[in-house]
Amino acid sequence: MKYIIAIIQPDRLDDVVDALTEAEINLMTVSDVMGRGRQKGEAEIYRSHVEPGNLLRKVKLEIAVNDPFVASALEAIVKGARTGNIGDGKIFVLDLQDCLRIRTGETGAVAIG
Amino acid sequence: MWASILSRRQSSAPPPLTIHAPWAWPSWKKTAIKVIGVAGLLFVLMVGLALAGDPSGGSTGTAADVIAQTAGSPTAAEMAAEIGHVKISLNMFFLIFGGALVFFMQAGFALVETGFCRSKNAVHVIMTNFVIFAIGTIVYWAIGYAFQFGGAGSFATLGATEPMGALASVAPDWGVIGYQGFFLAGKSYDVAIVAMFFFQLVFMDTAATIPTGGMAERWKFSAFVVYGAFISAILYPIYGSWVWGGGWLAALGRNLGIGHGAIDFAGSGVVHAVGGFAALAGAMVLGPRIGKFGKDGKPRAILAHNMPIAIFGVIILVFGWVGFNGVSTLAATDLRFGIVIVNTFISASAAALASMFLVWKVWKKPDPSMTANGMLAGLVAITAPCAFVTPIGAFVIGVIAGVLVVGSIIFVERYLKVDDPVGAVSVHGVNGVWGLIALGLFADGSYGAGWNGVEGTVRGLFYGGGAGQLAAQAIDAAVVFIWAFGLMYIFFRIQKRIQGIRVTRDEEMIGLDIPEMGVPAYPASPHL
Repeated sequence: MKYIIAIIQPDRLDDVVDALTEAEINLMTVSDVMGRGRQKGEAEIYRSHVEPGNLLRKVKLEIAVNDPFVASALEAIVKGARTGNIGDGKIFVLDLQDCLRIRTGETGAVAIG
Repeated sequence: MWASILSRRQSSAPPPLTIHAPWAWPSWKKTAIKVIGVAGLLFVLMVGLALAGDPSGGSTGTAADVIAQTAGSPTAAEMAAEIGHVKISLNMFFLIFGGALVFFMQAGFALVETGFCRSKNAVHVIMTNFVIFAIGTIVYWAIGYAFQFGGAGSFATLGATEPMGALASVAPDWGVIGYQGFFLAGKSYDVAIVAMFFFQLVFMDTAATIPTGGMAERWKFSAFVVYGAFISAILYPIYGSWVWGGGWLAALGRNLGIGHGAIDFAGSGVVHAVGGFAALAGAMVLGPRIGKFGKDGKPRAILAHNMPIAIFGVIILVFGWVGFNGVSTLAATDLRFGIVIVNTFISASAAALASMFLVWKVWKKPDPSMTANGMLAGLVAITAPCAFVTPIGAFVIGVIAGVLVVGSIIFVERYLKVDDPVGAVSVHGVNGVWGLIALGLFADGSYGAGWNGVEGTVRGLFYGGGAGQLAAQAIDAAVVFIWAFGLMYIFFRIQKRIQGIRVTRDEEMIGLDIPEMGVPAYPASPHL
């Protein structure tokens, strides 16, 4: 079991979700986040000040998958999120110790799907 | 255990839905209903017209409505009395309606200031804008109005039955403060004087709510309440009496031959410069918000949290200004008010465009906050001269106001090192002064015959009136700065010593909403 965290551009979210759905991965948690990479934030102009801006809007996806799905999940995210421009984002893959489905009490691999 | 709870739940599945067939009437009944319905409707329409009273209004209001000894045929004297009464009634209705428009400007100020500040202070900022009206009403009713208008004489357009004749003067016709009409009791318990109170009250409150923007995001609420009482009892009414209450600034023409004396049609000085310079004094004594100036001493942007709401506020202010300027004729029978209102809109629009194009050129974006300040600057600047200038004059006044406000915002921040979160000093103070001066330059001589008891119309420098009126306006501008800035600086310094006027560092960092008001404007999530 792996836990995938992907930070992507907000405008790529729809494409990523479509690609994941195509890969039969339907479960995910999405949140609005602020962050930055090497490109830094976007300049803001307000009342005669040009502020360099520290952070950018990003979208964070969290997906828990069983091992056979890891490769296709990564592929789908890249397919949806990649434009080739700076700021496309990053994907982190973590080992997932356990999972419990609250409704049924199932644990482990069965609980994820 | 999990499994047993689950199965129990699933076993009690809801009963299946049954869909009833839609009921239907036989078709002949449907037809009958339609026929009766149409016939009934036609009948009601025709009978309605036949029995109508006076739907066109053409025969409502006749000689029979004039109060007369012999009903239907009033004498000339009876007609004259009725005309006088109707005229005053019309003026008073105009005044009260205009006052309502001006009152709505409170909503505009509340939205502009709240939108321009950060979300963590939103409740605090809007609460100061809201409560100032309540404080102002009570204090101005009790004390302020008497100081301002106690010696104003009678209000001609309202047919004043009893003059307000109690003016304390340092020399004959050098009035400094009125002293009649406390609590609207005694002689001032009079329809005209009370109606005038309402109109003046909403003006006073406009001045009082201006510093809440310049001092926002760091002002202690308890200190603000004391300030509110002071401005509505002392600062605003006393200066107001000098210009509008028959005092010495208005009498400069009669006494010293300086133009018509100070003229401030709707309050560029009396309302806006007073509020703007009080805001300057307050912002100086308070000090800047934490983080406004970096370690290098350079100012930083602290972003507005809700620009749409701020712009909405500006639009409400423009709407309210129809009453602020247009109804300041104090008479529906003074038809100049149409020109006044159009001048107001032209100046506001010219100023907004001037600001927008200027910041667009310099900083590459048509900064909405600066454009908003530009439109307000145009409104403030036209407030004194609106009745005395041509629409072309109003346009020029507006363009200058729009440039002036941008320059002033930069000057206040970068050179005076004063933190004014919403631009109150530049919009109301600087452009208030510009409005006073503009009257001395652009008054075209078509209006204001006999103003302040000086013969002839009001004519400025550019229309062959010489420098007399300009001199009177310059004196007024200097006096309003010294009075409003000076007195409020002393007031805030004393208040700082006695009561403290600024929140603690921790309160400021966390945002004033929770520590000062107890409630946030926007809970982090609707589910939390």
